[in-house]
Amino acid sequence: MTILETKGLTYRYGTGTPFEKTAVDGVSIALEKGEFLGVIGHTGSGKSTLIQMLNGLLRPTGGQVLLEGRDIWAEPKKIRDVRFRVGMVFQYPEYQLFEETVLKDIMFGPKNMGLSDRQARQRAEEAAAFTGLKPELLEKSPFELSGGEKRRAAIAGVIAMDPEVLVLDEPTAGLDPRGRDVLLAQITQYHKERGNTVLLVSHSMEDIGRTADRLLVMHGGHAAMLAPTREVFSKGQELEGMGLRVPQITKIAQELGAMGCPVDPSTLTVDDALKQLIPYFKRKLPVKEV
Amino acid sequence: MAFIDVRDVRFSYDLEAGVGQEVLHGVSLQIEQGEFVALLGHNGCGKSTMAKLLNGMLTPSAGQVVVDGLDAGKEENQLEVRRRVGLVLQNPDNQLVAGIVEEDVAFGPENLGVPPEEIRRRVDAALKAVGMYPYREHAPHKLSGGQKQRVAIAGVIAMETKCLVLDEPTAMLDPRGRQEVMEAITRLNREKGITVVLITHYMDEAVQAGRVVVMDGGRVLMDGGPGEVFKQVERLKRHDLDVPQATELCYRLRAAGVELPGIPLSVEECVGMFRELLG
Repeated sequence: MTILETKGLTYRYGTGTPFEKTAVDGVSIALEKGEFLGVIGHTGSGKSTLIQMLNGLLRPTGGQVLLEGRDIWAEPKKIRDVRFRVGMVFQYPEYQLFEETVLKDIMFGPKNMGLSDRQARQRAEEAAAFTGLKPELLEKSPFELSGGEKRRAAIAGVIAMDPEVLVLDEPTAGLDPRGRDVLLAQITQYHKERGNTVLLVSHSMEDIGRTADRLLVMHGGHAAMLAPTREVFSKGQELEGMGLRVPQITKIAQELGAMGCPVDPSTLTVDDALKQLIPYFKRKLPVKEV
Repeated sequence: MAFIDVRDVRFSYDLEAGVGQEVLHGVSLQIEQGEFVALLGHNGCGKSTMAKLLNGMLTPSAGQVVVDGLDAGKEENQLEVRRRVGLVLQNPDNQLVAGIVEEDVAFGPENLGVPPEEIRRRVDAALKAVGMYPYREHAPHKLSGGQKQRVAIAGVIAMETKCLVLDEPTAMLDPRGRQEVMEAITRLNREKGITVVLITHYMDEAVQAGRVVVMDGGRVLMDGGPGEVFKQVERLKRHDLDVPQATELCYRLRAAGVELPGIPLSVEECVGMFRELLG
């Protein structure tokens, strides 16, 4: 079932000035309820403009955004409700914390939705648990937290609104490998348990390869590809032409395939590659006893 | 003597009056002129503090940082140390000050009192060195992230610094931007002999360095060539770090008993090795 759909979605900046630029150009895509969609595209490809239109932060200059079949701009006064249903976590969200305590900060969204203090608090505590934020941190000032903890608090603030669609823009930028793994695992877990739709924008093909079911590739304001992750990553050359690349491990698998090794060219993880390569190399190469 | 000599340095941040939190517990590190060093470690291990100590933005609580024979902790040396060691930070939008690219690059040398004709020469040379000369008359805010970072690097080079310290310069960039910045850095190191200290979370960037230093808990944990450091896959993982996927693949193939001649660090090396093996 489709939850969010765009029809000929277009955004033009600076119309009528010499700086006129079409950032998003006639994009028609449909997001299935409960799917995990990855979005890739190099800087200037239009992905940020696109996601800002999905929850009504930008009003399209052409086309439509339909949330469960309804144009989100049908009643502009109700656009706030759309922002509760399509939750957005921006890049470096930790700079947006502002309340006295972490708990109050996470409760801000649910309270704006009109929930009671008690309900908002419950939502906040659940959201904090989802992002791995320790309960004892909730009464602290957000500014006493470490960078990674602040990031979790900011994400919890959006999750607490229980949005039907959760949009995350580069949630792991600047985190160390371990922090990246843990946060991605938590997002995946959240997605699995809640069954909400997740849209993850990332420059890390490795992260995208491990998490997303389908992939949207933005290029020059257009939706250049929208297909299962494996299918997109099997088109290495096309992606490189768009300033993107495939995960390292996928590249290795594709090169091995070109040498005649029977390995799936859309291999996405090291584990996946090992399952295929260990038996193959054991047949082909001398094996040492371990 | 080494170009940069970090001697048993400790550093504490003041949480409140009289209460400090020590983040570096006695770090010693020597970096020679012309080296390309990657500095790795998880968030909070003290890497960024190290970067700021190297150009005198922070002063050690104990121990010494000596740059080109100058004690970086002494206030009277501050200007001289910053002429030698330039810092490039993570967010490209926070580092550009002027409305036109070449004016931004001229900002540093102007502040040093360099004569105008010399500034012109340095700005052109710096922009060419990072491949941004064609954009010299553009507005910085209209550039891509990778281009902005290269302008920030040019701004440092124009001060004729001998050493470039970069604190996660590619964290906010897309794959193309990351590649552009990495190419600019390696070229400056190779062709101009500029010493590079690169702090990064990307292992595929670290393997391009000549030397890899791993920090953990405010101490130096490992220090060696990339081949030497990255073959210690388990140890790195124990310290919350990672290895490139190519390295992990071959390491685990070996662990499963497949006899491989080496542990490659990059996709190219890995593919080359497989090609030879499979003939």
